[in-house]
Amino acid sequence: MTADPTGAPARPRSATTAMLDVRGLQKIYEGRGRSVEAVRDLTFTVAAGELVCIVGPSGAGKTTLLRCIAGLLDTTAGEVVLEGERVTGPPPGMAVVFQEYGRSLFPWMTVRQNVELPLKEKKVPKDRRRRLVQDSLEAVGLADAQDAHPWQLSGGMQQRVAIARAVAYEPHLLLMDEPFAAVDAQTRADLEDLVRSLWQRLGVTVLFVTHDIDESVYLGQRVIVLSNSPTVVLEDVPIDLPAERDQLTTRSLPRFAELRSHVYELIQLAKSGHRPA
Amino acid sequence: MSLMNAARKILLALAVPVLLVAGWWLATAGSASFFWPPLGQILTAFADTWFSARFVTDVLPSLGRLLAGYLGAVVLGVALGTAIGSSRTLRGLLEPVLEFFRAIPSPVLVPILMLFAGIGDGMKILVIVSGCVWPVLLNTVEGVRALDEVLGDTARSYRMRRHSRLIHLVLPGAGPQIAAGARQALSIGIILMVISEMFAASNGLGFTIIQFQRSFAIPQMWSGIILLGLVGIVLSMAFRAVEARLLRWYTGLRTAQREG
Repeated sequence: MTADPTGAPARPRSATTAMLDVRGLQKIYEGRGRSVEAVRDLTFTVAAGELVCIVGPSGAGKTTLLRCIAGLLDTTAGEVVLEGERVTGPPPGMAVVFQEYGRSLFPWMTVRQNVELPLKEKKVPKDRRRRLVQDSLEAVGLADAQDAHPWQLSGGMQQRVAIARAVAYEPHLLLMDEPFAAVDAQTRADLEDLVRSLWQRLGVTVLFVTHDIDESVYLGQRVIVLSNSPTVVLEDVPIDLPAERDQLTTRSLPRFAELRSHVYELIQLAKSGHRPA
Repeated sequence: MSLMNAARKILLALAVPVLLVAGWWLATAGSASFFWPPLGQILTAFADTWFSARFVTDVLPSLGRLLAGYLGAVVLGVALGTAIGSSRTLRGLLEPVLEFFRAIPSPVLVPILMLFAGIGDGMKILVIVSGCVWPVLLNTVEGVRALDEVLGDTARSYRMRRHSRLIHLVLPGAGPQIAAGARQALSIGIILMVISEMFAASNGLGFTIIQFQRSFAIPQMWSGIILLGLVGIVLSMAFRAVEARLLRWYTGLRTAQREG
């Protein structure tokens, strides 16, 4: 991690190194007597240090894709390669933030214990563990809530805890599965800015799955638009907005509106069943 | 205010018991019936009978066997239940069999267990285990099976190892269900403690009560029954105290969900 609080040497950050390589990914769910092809053929690359959004119509197999990348689901064909290693189970350099914050935090643990548990699993020494927990909770603005239980916090705060837990884990790739779908609009804007600032500070690679077009354009350096199911990549849209973004000015840029309209059109096409030639 | 509330609660909780005891007292006050002696006489017998050496020779052995059998059943039930709940194959194989064994009333096992476990403490503990294990086992299976998927995915994605998943995810997650099973098992345990002592025993509460009944020591017999009731109350209060402590998060979560 680049912004290592203990001052360890920064990981080299180069746009040409592929952090994540998804090649010909296909997923067919085998049911009783019938099989459903959720994902047909997905190929894309995410470079180290990039922030890439994946957006698609509902039912586009976004969660399936994310679970395959996370190693939580086997692929039917194709492969997912993270840092040169083929993913066959949850890889060590990865953390996932799930949509259902209320169900991804351990309710019998305090906020601190929730953040600390994966670090214990990783056998991080105690002093460093404390430091990481403290720093990550400060980074998400929850340093005062360490001893609370998750259910004592609001939805937005719970998702902040989940983000702190992921950040403290020092992943190389941070996967986020529609993390803000269940929080209110104002909290959502704050959390979007939090993700941007953490990404810039830590140099972590972020793959952010969402169904919200504005969110994908506001957050990403690239937006990968998916077709409807069985899913393929419809278009890989580079987002050439300034690196410094804020909710007010960025969203009122003409370029933002153009990109937003473009992605919107793509989603409409995807919904009508359009597929690339 | 909260003191008032507490006082009110205690008063409410005690109202019915006090009325019942008063009713019993009045109804039997002048009783000349041999089988329904006055409550006063029973209470005198209670003090004479149980605040004596009998406490050590009969009450403690009973409680010891109950505790050993009950804890054994909880440990066994949670261990087996966790294994069965975690494995679809095991569940498919064992569930019909479990239903069968659960349906057998444990008291009928006493004569059978006597055949190969003898008539000592071992047999009585086995009887208690054989009855108490089912609610714990079946509830643990349910609790483990119903664990939240997202929580499971979270544990997997952070590469939590098997034993730490067990300690940090499976057992606490199934905790509320396990507690429900353990609560049922406690009352079953008390019943079986008494029954196992009625068959072949030389000490214990069940044995003593039967002895009193056979020797027509009626007030003493009644006092034994009262003691059993008191044991039940104390044990259930102790259980609730432990449960409230271990499952404080669950109570809090439930309250938060209701209010949210």
